[in-house]
Amino acid sequence: MKRIVTLAAVLVTLFVATTVMAADPVRIGALFAVTGPASFLGEPEKNTLEMLVKEANAKGGIGGHKVELVVYDTQGDVTKAVQLANKLIKNDKVSVIVGPSTTGETMAVIPVAEKEKVPLISCAAGIKITDPVKKWVFKTPANDHVAAEKILIQATKLKQKNLAIITVSDGFGSSGREQLKALAGEKGFKIVADEVYGPKDTDMTAQLTKIKAAKPDAIICWGTNPGPAIIARNIKQLGMKVPLYMSHGVASKKFIELAGADAAEGIMLPAGRLTVYDKLQKNDPQVKLLRDYDQAYKKAYGVEASTFGGYAYDAFLLITGALKKGSNPEQIRDSLEQTKKLVSISGVFTMSPADHNGLDLSAFEMIRVAKGDWELVK
Amino acid sequence: MHFDQISQYLLSGLSTGAIYALIGVGFSIIHNSTGIINFAQGEFVMLGGMLTLFFLSALKLPLIIAVVLAIGVATLAGVVFERLAIRPMKDASPISLVIITIGGSILIRGIAMLLWGKETHAIPTFSGNDPILVGEATILPQHLWIFAVTAVVIVCTKLYFSFTISGKAMRACAYNRRAAGLVGIDVKRMVFFSFAISAAMGSMAGIIVAPLTMTSYDVGVMLGLKGFCAAIIGGMSSGLGTVFGGVILGILESLGAGLFSSGYKDAIAFVILLVILLVRPQGLFKKGETERV
Repeated sequence: MKRIVTLAAVLVTLFVATTVMAADPVRIGALFAVTGPASFLGEPEKNTLEMLVKEANAKGGIGGHKVELVVYDTQGDVTKAVQLANKLIKNDKVSVIVGPSTTGETMAVIPVAEKEKVPLISCAAGIKITDPVKKWVFKTPANDHVAAEKILIQATKLKQKNLAIITVSDGFGSSGREQLKALAGEKGFKIVADEVYGPKDTDMTAQLTKIKAAKPDAIICWGTNPGPAIIARNIKQLGMKVPLYMSHGVASKKFIELAGADAAEGIMLPAGRLTVYDKLQKNDPQVKLLRDYDQAYKKAYGVEASTFGGYAYDAFLLITGALKKGSNPEQIRDSLEQTKKLVSISGVFTMSPADHNGLDLSAFEMIRVAKGDWELVK
Repeated sequence: MHFDQISQYLLSGLSTGAIYALIGVGFSIIHNSTGIINFAQGEFVMLGGMLTLFFLSALKLPLIIAVVLAIGVATLAGVVFERLAIRPMKDASPISLVIITIGGSILIRGIAMLLWGKETHAIPTFSGNDPILVGEATILPQHLWIFAVTAVVIVCTKLYFSFTISGKAMRACAYNRRAAGLVGIDVKRMVFFSFAISAAMGSMAGIIVAPLTMTSYDVGVMLGLKGFCAAIIGGMSSGLGTVFGGVILGILESLGAGLFSSGYKDAIAFVILLVILLVRPQGLFKKGETERV
């Protein structure tokens, strides 16, 4: 009797061991600025990734691999990001890292990923991340200059020659300012006013008065809430009738709410398709995915899904695709680079050895505020 | 350079300056009765805005009731803060108390973040959004509210500190705590009052500026610092000095942004603060005090 029990135990152990071996778990590491000044990026990213991993595991994992997710909060701090990246690689032995959330942190983490040979899929938008291309580094948000280009194409259509720009004095704003100035020069626009404001400023009428005197054909504002909302209101207060463009940084209903439907009316901006999925054509390849994401996120966290969370979604889909061809860091990197026409939240990704972002102008739609809602600019 | 441009800069400066002044007066009141600088003052400003929003949107109360309740709750927070953080430190030096207020501000901000989240919120203006023309320049009706409330608050504090027993007692405490205690003034009570008053004023400032500046859990940091600058320029007076301090700061900022470079707007404010601290630590409008031996 005892023997039989032992035998059974051995068999069970063997059985369990073989199933485990058949699908060893994949460890995904994530570095997000969940708290601190960039938490508007990190929080939805973390939520999204956790939701997706849970979903995938409930369905038996990705390609038979259970997914283990290790998320660390960098608090938007460059030093912490580097420490935690090392921890993910050395202690947690992850095969791929998603994040960090900001460009500054990503630039600091890149040398670590390159040295340890672990693929990094950044959720930050800075162009420096993938230009020049680094072997182990990818990113999901479209480059800032894509958004800037989208705005300038629209300005060309409307025959606006003299532009005024007003940008926020943080990383996002100064990157936007650089791109806008460079692109505007290339495309033959004239920048007649170049103003800045602080991320916590509460009144921009001084800058706008200066802009008003420069008589631009259009104003481009580059920032994240609440600054652009205050600018929209200040423009109304000053009685300026100049067309106003915003960046993709305020592409959420929150902006209309803050500025007020009245002051926001007519403002145009480039936005990821998540913002307007219900207005896209039915045959758009992204529509179903966008709707599913928004509804699942709302169900899980009670708030609307954001473009930022979408960056983490993209990273997860990229990894899912890459895992089909093996789960060690080297294999994941190679198959990430071969991603072709992957329909995701931020757009349709096509990577190549020369392009580790994989998005083009089609990642953004030009939209306009009309009666407190968005409409597509035709 | 056109005249209408300058007049808009001045008017914009005046309206932001009034906000700074109103917040600065809160700093002065606590300083005048305790000798400490309460760096949690900005958080009372934040509490005013956030509580109003909470009562308006979550409990669907009418504006006036929401405002009164918000001031009430913020005052309570000020009182509790004094009881738990300031009073237990019996013989602490002013500098340790100042550091405690910094800790308190971080705590209050953290609690607000956990309670109401990290998002920015808008509050409706009290009387519409139609700009008012003043010559060539424009202001909003909400700015008139700010001017009016600032004026009323300054007059009231002036009357309070000059003509009431408890107001005079508070000034006595600021001048010399020990001597004030010896002539029978309950110093602790005065400190308690000063926290209640300045919390109430801070929250009131927060409420009337929120429709313009919007509100979020961290709005108090910058507004608090600017209010502090205003108070320093004004020599920590609870009256006209701080008002002028705020207005000077606001106008210099907006002229600086308009005529020089908007990138250095905040730098201008803080350079002024440093210069004044170095050259005239007693403020622009106060005569230097001579120590009698």
